[in-house]
Amino acid sequence: MSRQASRASDPRKVNGELFTLTYGALVAQLLRDFEDDEEVNKQLEKMGYNIGVRLIEDFLARSNSGRCNDFRETADVISKMAFKMYLGITPVVSNWSAAGDEFSLLIENNPLIDFVELPDGHNALNYSNLLCGVLKGALEMVQMEVDVKFVQDQLKGDSVTELRLKFVKRLEDAVPVGED
Amino acid sequence: MAADEVLFELFHSEIVAFLYRTTDKEDQDQCIAKLESLGFRVGQSLVERFTKDCSRFKDDLDIMKFICKDFWNSVFKKQIDNLRTNHQGVYVLQDNRFRFLTQISNGKQFMDAAPKYLAMACGIIKVLLLNWCKFVVKAEVVQCPLVNSKFRYKGLDKTNQKVLRTKHCDYLSVNALLF
Repeated sequence: MSRQASRASDPRKVNGELFTLTYGALVAQLLRDFEDDEEVNKQLEKMGYNIGVRLIEDFLARSNSGRCNDFRETADVISKMAFKMYLGITPVVSNWSAAGDEFSLLIENNPLIDFVELPDGHNALNYSNLLCGVLKGALEMVQMEVDVKFVQDQLKGDSVTELRLKFVKRLEDAVPVGED
Repeated sequence: MAADEVLFELFHSEIVAFLYRTTDKEDQDQCIAKLESLGFRVGQSLVERFTKDCSRFKDDLDIMKFICKDFWNSVFKKQIDNLRTNHQGVYVLQDNRFRFLTQISNGKQFMDAAPKYLAMACGIIKVLLLNWCKFVVKAEVVQCPLVNSKFRYKGLDKTNQKVLRTKHCDYLSVNALLF
């Protein structure tokens, strides 16, 4: 019947929107609770970190990818597999530093910012800071300490959203106290 | 479970954890209300996405059917397992594997913690129903992950005051009036 058909909305589309809408509601709530943009950024990163440390396990189970041999491989896996799998987008890896320890992820269609406009007076807010936390947390679980920062943000008028990832150091598993 | 579903579930459980982490012990009973109000906000936007381009619902049964199939499928990735009614305006929807409770172990052990994971979903459902009709909504965890949602259809409300109750929240009509 045509009435039934017109009512059924595309479930995948609604699911993606559910995440976007929930994220927006969360950021709005955080701004109400904390009022300070920097504090909200910190909280978003912390939440992202907690998500990332769990998400990496799901990712490794699904993707069956082995250990990355160098940071370049890591970058490719992040952009071509991880982002594709979880957010349905493929950021572009670029702006490699000379030493090969820093790169940028350029995102053109960030799903988190659909329907979002930053009001005036919130220029310090990194709306999608959850992503930074997720990347940091996930990479820490695979023994990489990485610094993730926003360089450009489409919400602030830039043409593209740019995340800068910098490799800090390799993490060793700590030996429990009392054991050699 | 699809990858993007996992992301949303981790995100949802982190929101719950975050709210409890950042409130003092005295204010913890407000957390359920906050979660519900997050759900209200999300639901308000979802209502528009869902009912764009479609005709009005014929009656309360029509609304229930939509909720059981399309809505539950889109948001909770499955259909309602059981729908019961007394044909006098009370509907009980049963979900045997509620999406946000599947990671909690089976049994009665964590029943106290379970309502936190329902609050946001309740908020979404309430706003949906608020927009379409006057319904009173109650959600109850029978045993993780089995959830019963009870909807009582109140029809046209003469006083124009919307009253929504949930078993786990005191935030009542104040929140409803925000929208």
